[in-house]
Amino acid sequence: MTALLAIRDLTVRLPPRGDRDFALQGVSLSLDRGEILCVVGESGSGKSLLAGTIMRLLPPGIAVAGGNLRLAGEDLLALPEAAMRRIRGARIAMIFQEPMTALNPLRRIGDQIGEMFRIHTRLSRAAIEERALALLTEVRLPDPRAALQAYPHELSGGQRQRAMIAMALALEPDVIVADEPTTALDVTTQAQILALVRDLQRRRGTAVLFITHDFGVVAEIADRVAVMQHGRLVESGTADAVLNRPGHPYTRSLIAAVPPLHAAPRPPLPPGTPAVLRIEGVSKTYRRSGWFGRGGPETRAVADVTLSLPRGGTLGIVGESGSGKSTLARCVMRLLRPETGRIRLGDTELLSLPATAWRRETHRIQMVFQDPYASLNPRRRAGDLVAQGPILHGVPRAEAMARARALFELVGLSPDSLGRFPHEFSGGQRQRIGLARALALRPEVLVADEAVSALDVSVQAQVLRLLADLQKRLGLSLLFITHDLRVAAQICDRIAVMRDGHVVEEGTAEQVFGAPRNEYTRTLLASVPGQAWVPPVVAELA
Amino acid sequence: MSTLGRFLRNPAGLIGLLLLLLVVAAALSAPSLYPDDPLRLAGRPLQWPLTNPRFPLGTDNTGRDIAAEILHGARISLAIGLVATLLSVTIGIAVGALAGYYGGWVDDALMRIAEMFQILPNFLLLLVLVAVFGSEIGTVTLAIGLVSWPASARLTRAEFLTLRQREFIEACRTLGMRDAQIILREILPNALPPVIVYAGVVMATAILLESALAFLNLSDPNVPSWGNLIGAGRAVLRVQWYVSAIPGLAILVTVLAVSLVGQGLNDALNPRLRGRP
Amino acid sequence: MRLLALASRRLLASLPTLLLVLVGLFLLLQLAPGDTVDALTAQIGGGDPAMMEQLRQFYGLDVSVPIQLGRYLWRLVQLDLGFSSIYGKPVASVILERLPVTLLLMLSSLLLAIAAGTALGILAARRVHRWPDTLISTLGLVFYATPSFWFGLMSIVLFSIYLGWLPPGGFEEIGGGLTGLARAMDIATHMLLPTVTLALIFLAIYLRIMRASMLEVMTLDYVRTARAKGLGEAGVLLRHALRNALLPMVTLIGLQAGTLLGGAVVVESVFALPGLGRLAYDAVTQRDLNTLLGIVFVSALLVIAVNLVVDLLYARLDPRIGGRA
Repeated sequence: MTALLAIRDLTVRLPPRGDRDFALQGVSLSLDRGEILCVVGESGSGKSLLAGTIMRLLPPGIAVAGGNLRLAGEDLLALPEAAMRRIRGARIAMIFQEPMTALNPLRRIGDQIGEMFRIHTRLSRAAIEERALALLTEVRLPDPRAALQAYPHELSGGQRQRAMIAMALALEPDVIVADEPTTALDVTTQAQILALVRDLQRRRGTAVLFITHDFGVVAEIADRVAVMQHGRLVESGTADAVLNRPGHPYTRSLIAAVPPLHAAPRPPLPPGTPAVLRIEGVSKTYRRSGWFGRGGPETRAVADVTLSLPRGGTLGIVGESGSGKSTLARCVMRLLRPETGRIRLGDTELLSLPATAWRRETHRIQMVFQDPYASLNPRRRAGDLVAQGPILHGVPRAEAMARARALFELVGLSPDSLGRFPHEFSGGQRQRIGLARALALRPEVLVADEAVSALDVSVQAQVLRLLADLQKRLGLSLLFITHDLRVAAQICDRIAVMRDGHVVEEGTAEQVFGAPRNEYTRTLLASVPGQAWVPPVVAELA
Repeated sequence: MSTLGRFLRNPAGLIGLLLLLLVVAAALSAPSLYPDDPLRLAGRPLQWPLTNPRFPLGTDNTGRDIAAEILHGARISLAIGLVATLLSVTIGIAVGALAGYYGGWVDDALMRIAEMFQILPNFLLLLVLVAVFGSEIGTVTLAIGLVSWPASARLTRAEFLTLRQREFIEACRTLGMRDAQIILREILPNALPPVIVYAGVVMATAILLESALAFLNLSDPNVPSWGNLIGAGRAVLRVQWYVSAIPGLAILVTVLAVSLVGQGLNDALNPRLRGRP
Repeated sequence: MRLLALASRRLLASLPTLLLVLVGLFLLLQLAPGDTVDALTAQIGGGDPAMMEQLRQFYGLDVSVPIQLGRYLWRLVQLDLGFSSIYGKPVASVILERLPVTLLLMLSSLLLAIAAGTALGILAARRVHRWPDTLISTLGLVFYATPSFWFGLMSIVLFSIYLGWLPPGGFEEIGGGLTGLARAMDIATHMLLPTVTLALIFLAIYLRIMRASMLEVMTLDYVRTARAKGLGEAGVLLRHALRNALLPMVTLIGLQAGTLLGGAVVVESVFALPGLGRLAYDAVTQRDLNTLLGIVFVSALLVIAVNLVVDLLYARLDPRIGGRA
């Protein structure tokens, strides 16, 4: 009975008539005092339900079917609800993924942290406020006294997550369960939060169960690692063993899919390659509409950006949220109208075209979107979605459907599935449909806006390979927008780094990753988790 | 499972459908069961229900057959409900779609008009319209449709506002699709379900508005509206309260049926509520 | 400060709308057959053309419509609503006499609907899909489907005629000479049935939206956070869910302020209450268009006022509204 938290043969049943019967099957884990155990898995692995089971906060219809769960020897599953409530927050605390929705929007931060003490202690108001202030100071919020009085929407994402961590630390719990706590954050913020978690955990000796999908984060923070797939634990061991000498084929395939953080070797573009797309001095300002035209504060989303995409090459635009990279992509596609600047596709200036002329030109430049769930009309069949573009541009229906069929094969989907609706496909498959839709118009330029960001790492690797392959075969030029530097390193010839609407650095991928000139680029690169770890070259299983 | 299947498995929707069928059956059978004018004098006034087999629901204070008035009244209520709802929802969808899709000054202008209707109590506006244009049944129906569109416009606008920012609509624009096509063929089918559900509420309200108007003697006196009968029964409320009670129950059943069908549709179309224990 | 800025902004924004409403209504009433003079002469049983011409001059009806409109709006700015032909008094004073009754009816009904609707909605959500929920939801549907005037009549039959517990109509005992608390009690007994009658449909609506938003809020992340803190169900409900779940209902109250006033017209006729609604009814039947226009104007002001209160309440509940700027 040495382990602080001991999970044995845990089985959790899902509601009947679902995809599968069990969310967790025979999971055994142990967590010791003072260590960080990372539970890694892709979506559907059951890792988040593991957190819910430990807290005994499972959604209705999902129930523990077997096994036991002991905290310092005490069986949590056998406790009455009232006793379990005394454990939640006080002995096991939790940090959630999305700090915006995890905090009550209508109550002040100090009030929400103070609630921890009000529930579990008999401290006075003044004492509670003092403790909350100390906690906010400890998680290094810039102005803890102001943060105490702030509402969640008045803090940034990183500050909210710090407040969330302060709340979890309040009663000095034995165990902290952190469910993807940095997934919703920008990479520089993520680095700060990871450092904070590591530091606090070291100083207090708290045990942390850290759930994540990101092997970079694992390499950054884990003492031990447990890998989950389809509700089962497939491998566990020390961080060093699992990361560098993975035993299970699934772990090996996951690690093989993690892109290394240096520019992939690519044949250089022939010198003098002409630019297919030129972005010249583009600026876009958002104005919050005020009453009677009294303008609210202005945001310069894109500020005087000039870039060019060489024909047949890939230009990556990287940056954190709010850097203006997606706004720029939407300006290029004329989904937004910039105030100034020109966008030249070959010899055509796109922004000055009248609407009808622009509609005729759309086939030359197409876009792949981020969200595989929102980018396909749920009421149209996959085949129609792909054939829609050619039909709009005057291709007869039968020919367009034939083109759709050919494209389905090209992007690795079964032509039999042309008649199915989007919800019948997985996320990766939907992204392939989106790709087929864009390719159906045989564009010269493909704009990919975070096209692989919503996908699991193994699916992401497949789609990236597909993109690179198609680019070679079809002679496509790619404008690739991403927040993920590892992904950008894999696919881009040139990289532009954006911050606050400006391009701060632009150069070849080798140059930007190998010898960054800009201070911000260096910070960005230094923030990517797990840099010290070079994913071992492991034979990937087919 | 299909939407229809889910609808029929839902007790609320099923009961509503049965009640609605009952009302429709009453409306359809009226001309054959009571071919004569329901407003003519049929017998001795104020006979209680179940006392004279010729008048199962009795007679009112002017000697009209209440059963005949109820059956013919079903036709009036359903007709007014349907026409007014169709009008109101059509205006609402058109206004909401344009405002939500185009935003900017189009949205400002259209929503300002909707706000005008919101500032005026709709029943008062209805009174004004009746005072100006008269209380002929067609006019009343149009007036009801006219005063009740802003809510469906708001609903449609809200749906369009969220849908137009969805990536699949952006994708349509990058494919070179025209606005009209995007509005009608891509957004509208996705925006329609909540509006259809809301049409149930509009219809219920329309029936209630007409009956209130008729009760106040401000609707068409020449049609057998249930509200008219309740208003007439007011004079003999002290003793022969059944004259008012019976048509009121008819309104209640009809409005209940429409609301239940709406709720059943809502549950069937709204996937979020599915699978809740 | 934030609230004050918000309030003045909202008030300012509603002025152009109000102006549009008035212009629209004025023009609409021009379409009505007959004018004030026709109505007046009809009251006294006809008049000779010369006298009618004189009267038209007196009422300013002899000039073109745009000038009439201009004069009308100018008078409104001075809060002069014109002269009521059927009461022989200024419209403003007629309306002012009737306003308290309507305000009392609206306020008491609204409070009843909000209180009962919230309580029943929460109760139903806590017992969702079990018998208390089924019972409350069914009751809500029936309330919603009940025509208010019919419910009023039936409650008069039951409580006034058969049981004799409550008065069948009126605002207070005429000539009772009651004062102070006794008078208040008398008014209360008179207002009980009308209040319940008017509240019924709104109670049903609030109950339904409260149940739905409660169910929605209980699935949100911060409720899970509250549970993970070790808070009990009652604490989760009262401290985290309730305030958030109230927001949709508060919005609805504002949107339906006009409907509430419209409902008051019908209820006041049923219970013979001397309020604004009853006045509107008389104005329509006796073609007193000046009074009707005045009532619509006052109603619009009332709806704007209710919406202002609702906006302030909303901003008070939700710190995200209005911003710091």
